[in-house]
Amino acid sequence: MAALPERPESWIRVCPEGLFVEPAGIYIDPVRPVDRAVVTHAHADHARPGNRAVLATAETLAIMRQRIGPAAGQTQQAVPYGEVLRLGEVDVALVPAGHVLGSAQVVLTWRGRRVVVSGDYKRRLDPTCAPFEPVPCDLFVSEATFGLPVFRHPPTGHEIAKLVHSLALFPERAHVVGVYALGKCQRLIAELRGAGFDDPIYLHGALVPICAIYESFGVPMGELRPALAATREEMRGRVVLAPPSAIADRWARRLPDPVTAMASGWMRVRQRARQRGIELPLVISDHADWDELTETITELGARQLWVTHGNEEPLVHWARGRGIAAEALALVGFDEGGEGEPPPLAGEEEPPTGDVLPLSAPEDA
Amino acid sequence: MRTFAALLDALVFMPSRNGKIRLMADYFAQVPDPDRGWGLAALTGALSFSAAKPAGVRALVMERVDPVLFGWSHDFVGDLAETVALIWPERPGANREPTLSEVVEALGAAHRGAVLGLLERWLDALDADGRFALIKLITGSLRVGVSARLAKTALAEWGGQDVDAIEEVWHGLTPPYAPLFAWLEGRADRPAVSEGAGFRPLMLANPLEDTDLGALDPVAYNAEWKWDGIRVQVVARGGERRLYSRTGDDIGRAFPDILEVMDFDAVLDGELLVVRDGQVAPFNDLQQRLNRKQVTARMLRDFPAHVRLYDLLFEGPEDLRGMPFGARRERLELWHARVAPRRMDLSPLIPFEGWETLAALRAGAREAAIEGLMLKRADSLYVPGRPKGPWFKWKRGALTLDVVMMYAQRGHGKRSSFYSDYTFGVWREGELVPVGKCYSGFTDEELVRLDRWIRNNTVRRFGPVREVAPGLVLEVAFDSVHRSTRHKSGVAMRFPRVHRIRWDKPAAEADRLEMLERLIVE
Ligand SMILES: [Zn+2]
Ligand SMILES: [Zn+2]
Repeated sequence: MAALPERPESWIRVCPEGLFVEPAGIYIDPVRPVDRAVVTHAHADHARPGNRAVLATAETLAIMRQRIGPAAGQTQQAVPYGEVLRLGEVDVALVPAGHVLGSAQVVLTWRGRRVVVSGDYKRRLDPTCAPFEPVPCDLFVSEATFGLPVFRHPPTGHEIAKLVHSLALFPERAHVVGVYALGKCQRLIAELRGAGFDDPIYLHGALVPICAIYESFGVPMGELRPALAATREEMRGRVVLAPPSAIADRWARRLPDPVTAMASGWMRVRQRARQRGIELPLVISDHADWDELTETITELGARQLWVTHGNEEPLVHWARGRGIAAEALALVGFDEGGEGEPPPLAGEEEPPTGDVLPLSAPEDA
Repeated sequence: MRTFAALLDALVFMPSRNGKIRLMADYFAQVPDPDRGWGLAALTGALSFSAAKPAGVRALVMERVDPVLFGWSHDFVGDLAETVALIWPERPGANREPTLSEVVEALGAAHRGAVLGLLERWLDALDADGRFALIKLITGSLRVGVSARLAKTALAEWGGQDVDAIEEVWHGLTPPYAPLFAWLEGRADRPAVSEGAGFRPLMLANPLEDTDLGALDPVAYNAEWKWDGIRVQVVARGGERRLYSRTGDDIGRAFPDILEVMDFDAVLDGELLVVRDGQVAPFNDLQQRLNRKQVTARMLRDFPAHVRLYDLLFEGPEDLRGMPFGARRERLELWHARVAPRRMDLSPLIPFEGWETLAALRAGAREAAIEGLMLKRADSLYVPGRPKGPWFKWKRGALTLDVVMMYAQRGHGKRSSFYSDYTFGVWREGELVPVGKCYSGFTDEELVRLDRWIRNNTVRRFGPVREVAPGLVLEVAFDSVHRSTRHKSGVAMRFPRVHRIRWDKPAAEADRLEMLERLIVE
């Protein structure tokens, strides 16, 4: 056993503000405003407004500025992937997490000990961002959004083919796909383009600015058109992307007899898709599935695992079964800004009774 | 297997009838024989296994996964087959993926003890959707979300034929239906019209509009009661016995008490009812007997089934459908007197002078078992479908009640952006109790206004469901009310629909539960 001072608990701990790295004086993805923050990626539950100094990749900072303006940070320091900075006594580097454009893991080295904080990540290829880079470590701080073994995302090409086939089968209907504004939207576009789909893709207004940022960083999107400016006739047989909250709401009434689709890892479970009235579920996720989570932990060789948010318990159980010292951190404040997932519906005949509360699910799943 | 699994999934999620038809037609076009034939058999309910029990499937997965993780997963997913399908640890490249035909043939040949071994091999070779379909198929719990009739309609549309032309030949065919596909693709002649115990498409009536009546000659018509049960076709041919629903689904398995008494050779048209001591029981009682896989002795005793006969289509080999109704009716009465089948009686003809006397009879009929009147021209031949003119149904006036909207939910398909499904309640001791759901009876313009009202009066949200403030009164029309243990209020309404929206009426003045209870038919 190492001497006590090097134990991660002694220099990294959970505070009300978030994960605090004491010898570096930084918080990672803080949920309340702090003096010095390192932000893994620009999703709203990780990149919050009001911090003084913010360190992140240039891509993450650009998206944060677009989303929250000056509140993105009084001083902003862009760090390229792989560059090692000395903060206090700690060597800090950002390496690709493969989650969305600019997403990073935070690699912390202090007194010969290495800790990797994953942020959100995935392992499968994504044409819109740099692939996850495994960094062997002593402690891996992992997300667990899909930390249940029922979550195994199918090959992305399979899901894209489903969408393309449906377009051929229902050429008179628009296909409106619910996507998260950052990441899923651009990835779906890039995957469609990669499959040879060259038709214009129509966008809900909320999706336009981030697509422009992706293009400014050299990720081609092909021809995009604002849905608001298009006629009903024009959108027949077209792909229309919109935030999940808009696909089955008043906004969608402008579309010709739409097929309602949704691209999310949650679509793996039929009942979830059915509750939301989804006609074409597409299981496409920007988070690691169960196999990716467990294989990554094994690959990194970490003897210690902290699980930040998601389905922590099953992953902790799995890791302990393999002799890894695992803990659920129970970080608060994550995944709250997202779309509320519907509660289980009551039986066909019974209306819901008083005590059902909506479950919450991450905005970026 | 993969294409079949994808079809099943797509059908479950697709709410629109036309969408389902197109999905099935696409499947028939894409998949070669004999796979598509087995797929068709599954869609029409002709393919059903109970080769393995859920407990066996569970035991299989427990050999491969951590029981604690399985427990959490099952809690999250809910459905056992789906949990197993999703959690099954694949062995990529372990085995070749089976075709649907291979699965069907192997299951047909395997003895019981070998089934789980087969299942395990297939689970290794399939993806999650394929595993789900396979487990549902093997455990006999495949829900395809379409009726046999709709599957045949899709087949007809794809093959460019009339669906009744398919029904006529259907019974002479067996899965995987190669001659049928050959005919529909223009590669062979139409298969022979089946002589056997097949379904003959029914003749249906049009609703009678009040304006129609003046133009009709009362002398040309026969009248009989329209009984509130399930329209059925009773088929006993060449030793085979079948009971078909209006859409040609074989429901005989749920009614062994009817099959048992069919020791004759004839095809009859009638109404399936529950009759106790000569009295027709409420529709709710018949519902206890529908869709049951297991029929217990107790159910047979408590809910005895009965067929009230309307018509005779075949007597022995003789096809009577080309005869006028009057002649068929005479033959039916003679046949019934001679054969005297148990559990079957004749629906009596109602003598009447003119339309006024008939209208008075209709208005006076408060018996629950009567839905209204049927008018049939004495010279009408038995023609499949719904020809305009020979037959009319003249439904009894509906009951109405003023209720308060309590919850609203989004609809499906075209209505998915509108709150179009409503749960409504009535007052009981100063509180609203939910008594039913409705989602029809309003115009598109009214729906827009209802949707706006709901959004402006939401007090809580449960995912897709909104609870609204008790402020909107709906006048709902319904056919009848029954006792129900499935509803908190203890009552269930039959066919409730919005009759009028009472924007003007204060919620406090809506009806009370006692009012509804008084309308219950025991
Ligand atoms: Zn994220
Ligand atoms: Zn996250």
